[in-house]
Amino acid sequence: MIAPLLELENVTIRFGGLVAVSEVNLRVGDGELIGLIGPNGAGKTTVFNMITGVYQPTDGKIIFGGKPTACQKPHVLTKRGMARTFQNIRLFGSMSVFDNVRAATQLHRSHGIRQALWRGRSHQTSEKEVEDRVLELLEVFSLQDYRDELAKSLPYGGQRRLEIVRAMATQPKLLLLDEPAAGMNPSEKEDLMHLIEFIRKRFGMAILLVEHDMKVVMGICERIAVLEYGRKIAEGTPKEIQCHPKVIEAYLGAAAV
Amino acid sequence: MSRIFKDPRLLLLIAIAGAVVAGLSADKMNPYYSGVVIDIGIAIILAVSLNLINGHTGQFSLGHAGFMSVGAYVSAMITLALQKSIGPAALPWAFLPALVAGGVVAALAGLLVGVPSLRLKGDYLAIVTLGFGEIIRVIFQNVEAAGAASGLSGIPRLTGLTWTFTLVAVTVYVVGCLVNSTYGRGFIAVHDDEVAASSMGLNPTRYKVTAFVIGAFFAGIAGGLFAHHKTSITPQVFDFMKSFEVVVMVILGGMGRTAGVILAAILLTLAPEFLRAVAEYRMIIYALLIIFMMIARPQGLFNFERKKKPLAH
Repeated sequence: MIAPLLELENVTIRFGGLVAVSEVNLRVGDGELIGLIGPNGAGKTTVFNMITGVYQPTDGKIIFGGKPTACQKPHVLTKRGMARTFQNIRLFGSMSVFDNVRAATQLHRSHGIRQALWRGRSHQTSEKEVEDRVLELLEVFSLQDYRDELAKSLPYGGQRRLEIVRAMATQPKLLLLDEPAAGMNPSEKEDLMHLIEFIRKRFGMAILLVEHDMKVVMGICERIAVLEYGRKIAEGTPKEIQCHPKVIEAYLGAAAV
Repeated sequence: MSRIFKDPRLLLLIAIAGAVVAGLSADKMNPYYSGVVIDIGIAIILAVSLNLINGHTGQFSLGHAGFMSVGAYVSAMITLALQKSIGPAALPWAFLPALVAGGVVAALAGLLVGVPSLRLKGDYLAIVTLGFGEIIRVIFQNVEAAGAASGLSGIPRLTGLTWTFTLVAVTVYVVGCLVNSTYGRGFIAVHDDEVAASSMGLNPTRYKVTAFVIGAFFAGIAGGLFAHHKTSITPQVFDFMKSFEVVVMVILGGMGRTAGVILAAILLTLAPEFLRAVAEYRMIIYALLIIFMMIARPQGLFNFERKKKPLAH
């Protein structure tokens, strides 16, 4: 069997006496779409933060692309091919939509201070390439009409979308979406589902989706893992999860089973 | 054709040519006026370079006078030593190397402060840089070789309009070209959201240290120009008030707005000349100005960018 793109092995993290995530195992293969769900405070975002290098797990290990991620900073992991969005939108508010995406293209460029100061021909070609790529991405995600607007002046759905585009600009192998449907109305959620499916079809990357909204998760994910109190209580296809007694208990209480 | 004029290198060359012309015609100028113009130039270099740290990158530094003093002392000690050994005739040739040496040592100081203090944010960073400025001042106050409390005097008057204008142009060029590139968007990304910047593959520490080093370099250059303009320097000149003055320029001009910051530097250098009568109250006026600004125009006095309304859904 080929090693999966992302593998969590008995990952545990403690904050003082609190065990936030305990012995979680998870695998994401190339091009898979996996959902990670669970009630509030189950540790979903914490798992995310460990995968992306914001937190270091206390125990266990995370392997990405065949190599461990231990002690690597978020910007290094992004270079290795994972990109994320945030539960509470974190755009570069004072920059235009165009520049938000442009900033995320820098990581794979060899051009730095020297070229920026010398302004030679190679600088101009490289900047032109960046511009073309950013415009193409904006067009694919139909944000091209907003290119010169400030990121923070976009409507809510647009900001969510821009966050995804910005993450895509880093050319990830694995896209981590942290509650992308949070705060969206039903029609925006519908759009989001189409968008995620579109990304998979067009770019063929693996996606790990943390989500609260059952309709979104059940609708698009191939496999779903369920967390409760920092432990993985179930994993399977949407159908299996829907009638899994532990999941129903976690969400609706023991009496409902 | 229009593409050629968009090339910032051409603008830099034009500016330097202008500086040379200005230098040639400076003889006819009233020395008081040319002195004020040089003061303005030095203020612009200080403000634009601090703007890279405080404005674009969003790190609150209060240590700019410290970096400036390093450049001033280093370059002055070099030219004073050369004056003794090779005589005054060849000095103008040694001026630029001396300035650059001052800038480089200031940049090293920037690196020294930058690296450890970048774990700090906001007010904490401000306090550390403030402390650094004071430490540098106290060091110069106690080192015999730097003239201790009486400072250095008899520094050759080498700063002219040509050098000042040229270095202003270089500073504006460097900061402008850096920020207005794909690479440079990283400074603003770090300013806007460090966590997001790092998950977009940008190394925030790297950007912050770079901003500190480049900012400190030009502060050192400004210090060298200052020393060779006033011909004598004492540690007291580079106290906290000096740093504060530059911070006021950056805030007035609008953080991260180069044109506004230049305008503020000009205005705040000229104002004391016109307001000699109330010179003692200068700091009170500055403080009031900042309080007023924070209430009425937090985006900066000279920042005229229209506030965009959120788009309709």
